[in-house]
Amino acid sequence: MKNEMQLQFKALSQNESFARVTVASFIAQLDPTMDELTEIKTVVSEAVTNAIIHGYDSNPDGIVYISVKTEDGYIEISIKDKGKGIGDVEEARQPLFTTRPELERSGMGFTIMENFMDELEVNSAVGQGTEIRLRKHLAKSKMLCN
Amino acid sequence: MSLNIELEIKRDVLCIRLSGELDHHTADALREQASKAIVENNIHHIVLNLESLTFMDSSGLGVILGRYKQIKQLHGEMVVCAISPSVQRLFDMSGLFKIIRLEPTEQFALERLGVA
Repeated sequence: MKNEMQLQFKALSQNESFARVTVASFIAQLDPTMDELTEIKTVVSEAVTNAIIHGYDSNPDGIVYISVKTEDGYIEISIKDKGKGIGDVEEARQPLFTTRPELERSGMGFTIMENFMDELEVNSAVGQGTEIRLRKHLAKSKMLCN
Repeated sequence: MSLNIELEIKRDVLCIRLSGELDHHTADALREQASKAIVENNIHHIVLNLESLTFMDSSGLGVILGRYKQIKQLHGEMVVCAISPSVQRLFDMSGLFKIIRLEPTEQFALERLGVA
């Protein structure tokens, strides 16, 4: 069965928890494992935090957009901002790379997203914003395919 | 969900016990409270107890690494204890386990620092 939801909220750090819990509740319908739910919550938290800190420079007037599509154990999550964009996406994806060391950023956000999901796609344009697309097949759906 | 931060000082060791969720939103409070306690109480070592932490992301790695650097400058040590498998995965991925000591319990961590 196909399902879909959309969510948008102000770029405030207290909404990071709201975003990951809401996406996890939606995904819970597909009966994921606890590990898979933790992975989904973590990647949503990473992408939303990036949108707030880097996309919008923590300006709460910015809006973060999330859409989630599911079909038979397959999940696609899009997390988008209309912020400043990423100049060099390849550099940004390197483990431990950060433009904000003074904020004690670890530079591990993209690495975690890549590790916890099957696929990560980054579409970004300077001055226009960034969209992160994350895709994953849940373990249960993989078993059904075999 | 938020983060509850409990601080206890045992000689020159600062014990930090976290419960709840450590993300970008809650990391600032941890950074401020821990940094202040280190400076004001002549702290040399940190024990970070993550037994009741229910969620952590890369912002948590950043603030932990920040306190590690702070205590290293004072020639001290940081020991992290009681971490869950999901937090362990983040430690493994970032290489943090190579520089920060892990112990199964707070008691072991304190023994390691000679204050138990």
